[in-house]
Amino acid sequence: MNLLSLQRKMARAVMQPLTQSEHMSGVAPNGQKMRKYAARLIKPNDRLTSFERLEIYNRQYWFRVLAGLAEDFPGLQAILGNRRFEGLCKAYLTDCPSRSFTLRNLGRGLEAWLRKNPSWAGSRQAIALDMVRLEWADIEAFDGKAEEPLGATAALPTSGANLRLRLQPYVQLLHLKYPVDALVLKIKSLNDDTEFSSNAFRERRKHRQVQAIAKLKPATIFLAVHRVDYSVYFRRLGEHEYRLLSAVRRGRNLGQAVSESFGKSAGTSQPELSQVTGWFQNWATLGWFCAIKEKSARP
Amino acid sequence: MPANRFNGFTDYGIGIGLRSPHYQHILTRRPVVDWFEIISENFMIDGGRPLHILDQILEQYRVVQHGVSMYFGSTSKTDREHLRRLKYLVKRTKTPWVSDHLCWGSVDGRYTHDLLPMPYTFEAAKKTAQKVREVRDFLEVPIAVENVSSYAEFHVSEMTEWEFLNEVVERADCGILLDVNNIYVSSKNHGFNPMTYVESVPAERIAQIHIAGHSKYEKYILDTHDHPVIDPVWKLYARAIEKAGHTATLLEWDDSIPTFQEVHDEAFKANRFLAKSILACAV
Repeated sequence: MNLLSLQRKMARAVMQPLTQSEHMSGVAPNGQKMRKYAARLIKPNDRLTSFERLEIYNRQYWFRVLAGLAEDFPGLQAILGNRRFEGLCKAYLTDCPSRSFTLRNLGRGLEAWLRKNPSWAGSRQAIALDMVRLEWADIEAFDGKAEEPLGATAALPTSGANLRLRLQPYVQLLHLKYPVDALVLKIKSLNDDTEFSSNAFRERRKHRQVQAIAKLKPATIFLAVHRVDYSVYFRRLGEHEYRLLSAVRRGRNLGQAVSESFGKSAGTSQPELSQVTGWFQNWATLGWFCAIKEKSARP
Repeated sequence: MPANRFNGFTDYGIGIGLRSPHYQHILTRRPVVDWFEIISENFMIDGGRPLHILDQILEQYRVVQHGVSMYFGSTSKTDREHLRRLKYLVKRTKTPWVSDHLCWGSVDGRYTHDLLPMPYTFEAAKKTAQKVREVRDFLEVPIAVENVSSYAEFHVSEMTEWEFLNEVVERADCGILLDVNNIYVSSKNHGFNPMTYVESVPAERIAQIHIAGHSKYEKYILDTHDHPVIDPVWKLYARAIEKAGHTATLLEWDDSIPTFQEVHDEAFKANRFLAKSILACAV
């Protein structure tokens, strides 16, 4: 057996889902008995069979990747409950094993996978999707690239309609159907809470509070996930603010961004110029803009 | 014989693994530490707090990079994005050498995120050495490969683990990060004499040494890095130092991480042996 063949065989066994009791499956990836499959690859010793030795790696793999997703998506876990969340994670990782050298990217494909596999979230599909998007945005905002920010005055819309701004790569913009930011903040605060000496008591209290807030009612929100002093924050935006920032992210100049953003919201009150100027000043103060490019007006 | 071409001719002493629970202590108390070892992958990102912390550490301390996902033994081609990010970090930290494991962990683009054991074959040694050379040429820093703890042995193996290690480092002309705890763990899991392993390692290639604790189960030992170093591991360390001389040494503690002071105190127990090696050189 050459190296590639051995590695393929071992990896398939290691990445195969565990049984309900968290042991290695009795059936190998090729349909053979796993005992036979393992015995062809791995030597037994005086204490462990080939199956048991391979099982150590199989279990380590699943414990590691499941712990990674649980750490990255505590909000989704709160919405779905532990058992359903674990089932979803196992199904996701079986369909979409890691293709990155870093565990940081493990959840990158979760939103797309969940859209294709709605049964895992059941009636909570919409809120689950919102939560996945928010928690992934949280990761991106945490260690995303920051470029040299523009000063507050450089970003004023009075600088001209042709002014083209760029949003910092780490700033994430979300249009959500549920106020899932409140749930994530609650979970974070409960995780930071060291008031109680009993871990078990704290966990029960956390579970009750999270379950209560996880039954959120729909409410459209617009959110910027950003960071200040290297900590991630959620900032609720108005619809006009969200549309403006999204247009800036798409590369529109200020004139185009304003006309696109406000043109779509006929019927709602249009913001005053002074209000828009205030928004840009706030965003610039937060360091959200970078690399300015002046371009001549397009014909 | 501390400085050699595999650790960039440096003369580093006892280091400590940089872990997030200790960030605040390190940045506010500025403890005396010769150098910190970082897990490269934790900092191969675009921005944010981890890099900010790293830059603060770099202002005050020397840093050496240790990786967990290069997978020198994988048959897959090296991920160019991985290499690019790693090289960017190497320039940032100015690490004198880079270490990663003598193992595999990915195949056909799928990652297990584990340090899977190699089959000890000549084919594997040749391919692994080729990849070590490629990585070294790209990064332009010396490479040290670390022996891993293992729980399985393959039927196809043609040699012992230490013979395989020697075969790879000779072919690649690279250094060794000798993990004496991993030698101990594997010796118990596979039933060999750990001292035979230590005696067989070419001392002149040892760039760095790892020490750590582990967890004992009924039928095997798991490399958990969550306990103090046990005496049999210190004995292996003492012999390694006797052979290689004063060598950059790092204590790994990755789970159930105690206070910085406890980790520091445990790591500095290595001084007992390092001091002897300095005395031996002096006389």
